[in-house]
Amino acid sequence: MSEACDVLAREPYVVPGQGLNVPRIRQDFPILRQRVHGKPLIYLDNAATTQKPQSVIDALRRFYEEDCSNVHRGVHQLSERATQTYEEARAKAQRFINAAESREIIFVRGATEAINLVAASYGRANVGPGDEIIISAMEHHSNIVPWQLLCQEKGARLRVVPISDRGEIIMEEFEKLLNERARLVAIVHVSNALGTVNPVKTIIQMARARGIAVLIDGAQAVPHMPVDVQDLDCDFYAFSGHKVYGPTGIGILYGKAAFLEAMPPYQGGGDMISSVTFEKTLFNSLPYKFEAGTPNIAGAIGLGAAIDYIRSIGLEPIAAHESALLAYATKALSQVRGLRIIGTAPKKAGAISFVLDCAHPHDIGAILDWEGVAIRTGHHCAQPVMERYGVPATARASFALYNTKAEIDVLVQALGKVIEVFS
Amino acid sequence: MSDLREIYQEVILDHNKKPRNFHKLERANRLAQGHNPLCGDTVIVYALVENGIVKDIAFEGAGCAISTASASMMTEAVKGKTLEEAEALFCRFHALLTACQSPSEVSKEASLGKLAAFAGVREFPIRVKCATLAWHTLQAALKNQSEPVSTE
Repeated sequence: MSEACDVLAREPYVVPGQGLNVPRIRQDFPILRQRVHGKPLIYLDNAATTQKPQSVIDALRRFYEEDCSNVHRGVHQLSERATQTYEEARAKAQRFINAAESREIIFVRGATEAINLVAASYGRANVGPGDEIIISAMEHHSNIVPWQLLCQEKGARLRVVPISDRGEIIMEEFEKLLNERARLVAIVHVSNALGTVNPVKTIIQMARARGIAVLIDGAQAVPHMPVDVQDLDCDFYAFSGHKVYGPTGIGILYGKAAFLEAMPPYQGGGDMISSVTFEKTLFNSLPYKFEAGTPNIAGAIGLGAAIDYIRSIGLEPIAAHESALLAYATKALSQVRGLRIIGTAPKKAGAISFVLDCAHPHDIGAILDWEGVAIRTGHHCAQPVMERYGVPATARASFALYNTKAEIDVLVQALGKVIEVFS
Repeated sequence: MSDLREIYQEVILDHNKKPRNFHKLERANRLAQGHNPLCGDTVIVYALVENGIVKDIAFEGAGCAISTASASMMTEAVKGKTLEEAEALFCRFHALLTACQSPSEVSKEASLGKLAAFAGVREFPIRVKCATLAWHTLQAALKNQSEPVSTE
């Protein structure tokens, strides 16, 4: 590392009065130093996955180099160290979303598995023929399909709250669906395709006042804003580690202890039992009842390191930085000829979806890639959203703490090249 | 942008902007639907086959420039050909996009005509499906397959 870099490395992450020290933060992300097609990489696909800081990469390497062993089993030194670090990561996740107890934090593969766990365990035990499950029209496929499968199995009905042209849940319609047949509300906190921040606290209050359980899909929320599950008072909250600067293949299901205690196991196997005979098995206590088999130990430890990293910077300054980027990008993109933003809710976070009248999103993505700009193009695993707005696909730029206004300027210039080629 | 021009050649941009035979074919006796679930591209290929010859052909759908231009240029290339010639053309086109030979060798040997413009797509493996969707759909239509074609 050069002398200048050494000096930078000693600077604080947040400069009082100025916000995030982005050059300092970018130093922590080795992947951002590369060039793509000869151009500096501009990574604007953070809603798909975020890049990882050096501390997360180091935590993974340290586990495999120094502590690698199985958890909750061995009496030897390595296993004790691995177990301790693994359980510390659970406590970090607990503090991160302010859960009341660490046993309310279940390690899963990601938000998708978290939702499947609730559908398979809570859903099978509590949803019957004629019952209803309420989702919104802006859900990711991961918060649609598990409920469809459950409804098919149980003869229950999936109800969908419509969204407005701006991309907001129509609350009057939501209220109408809260009838005596409704058993569960499953709603996304922040939409991956539109960027809308939903009024989840109000949604939770309305549902719980009628005794209906609520699951919040927080995959796109936790990277961008402080989340407090006790304040929200949701029954379940799901998120993925890799969208919050952690590794892939690890995520969190938060569930209120009373719910998790009453739920049957999700998968059977090792670690989730307290005793097994061929006649009868006694299940382990929380959270282990829901963690059958050897877990993704390194992933959990990596997620713990990611949470440490975010907390060392602070979610408030991160949110302020990203909100400024979003406002800047919205203004800049609105001035691009023939560009239409899909999703114009007043409260948004993290992402902007758009279409160009002269080029298909796939072609936009290909030309931007050539300029070093990585964005997502396609249906964003939210085909019903695409149908709602009458587009086959969109291009989506999504932001993280290491992005800059200068990068958005390059995005806009690159869109100029797209228009040059296709008009 | 020089390398990008390899994939977005003038003839491809032209067919994307003004797709040929882009309509429903009322008197079609063969029809198939194609879908690329990864990007949402859809295509319907209509053909009128008489005495083993593709007398007329048209398509409808929505897709990226590569997929639209490929469908458009396919209809021009296949019209008037026998079923065997159409099949052989698809094989050569597919080889152009996936074979190990250099694009110039393939195009020369196979005399693909305008279709050789798609040689640049082989450098972008993810786009090969865009370029072949209409062709797979045509093949299904000519074989009278009732199941929609999927690239996955």
